[in-house]
Amino acid sequence: MADVNRGNRPLSPHLTIYRPQLTSMTSILTRITGNALLVAALLTVWWFLAAATSPEYFAVADGLITSWFGDLVMFLSLWALWYHTLSGCRHLIWDNAMMLEIETVEKLGWAVIIGSVVLTVITVVVI
Amino acid sequence: MRYLTDRKRAVGLGSAKSGVHHFWAMKVSSVALLMLVPLFICTFGSMLGASHAEVIAHFSRPFPAIVAGLTIIVGFKHFNDGAQVLIEDYVHGLAQKITLILVTCLSYAAMATGVFAIAKIAL
Repeated sequence: MADVNRGNRPLSPHLTIYRPQLTSMTSILTRITGNALLVAALLTVWWFLAAATSPEYFAVADGLITSWFGDLVMFLSLWALWYHTLSGCRHLIWDNAMMLEIETVEKLGWAVIIGSVVLTVITVVVI
Repeated sequence: MRYLTDRKRAVGLGSAKSGVHHFWAMKVSSVALLMLVPLFICTFGSMLGASHAEVIAHFSRPFPAIVAGLTIIVGFKHFNDGAQVLIEDYVHGLAQKITLILVTCLSYAAMATGVFAIAKIAL
């Protein structure tokens, strides 16, 4: 009878009564960007497969990825990739129990948001 | 009288099911990707919109081919481990197990496809 006494344990406050905060928003964006990158990753693998198969098949895959819709997906994915990368750095720092004060976390949050936009623009301009 | 200790009642009930193995795997793949992602953006980005002949010539060179292969392998391993946490948070019961298996199959299939394609181009 392992579940005889579950105890009267407190529940975590529910999302709906929380005011949106920079910390929670940057956190959920990390999860969303990371998982959404699946789309661009699969497109990229398909693009490589098409290139390896034939020039005709490559024209199909390349045509889709460089269409306006493909451009939009790849542009947003580029930002997502930079955002997730910078946000991941933040986690690697936090793992050492460093920079966990609220003010520092919020500064890092802005650094991640602004940094990801700047890196995206630089990437698009340079490449 | 209860013979189970509090610890014994709790072990295995968390969403992680085990100790720090998953955390460490995430840490290793994220540090690897920290090096690979900028290299991949530089070597792959310039090829988007290039002609088929240019793409084949570019990825026939060792460096772009190896960076692309590694990024696809480590990236999909990292995706698989990360998506596992997402699924464990939001999907439960049998649906959770089925989703975990499907996402793992998809990750390894994408890895194999990517590596096959790059090998075929490079060799």
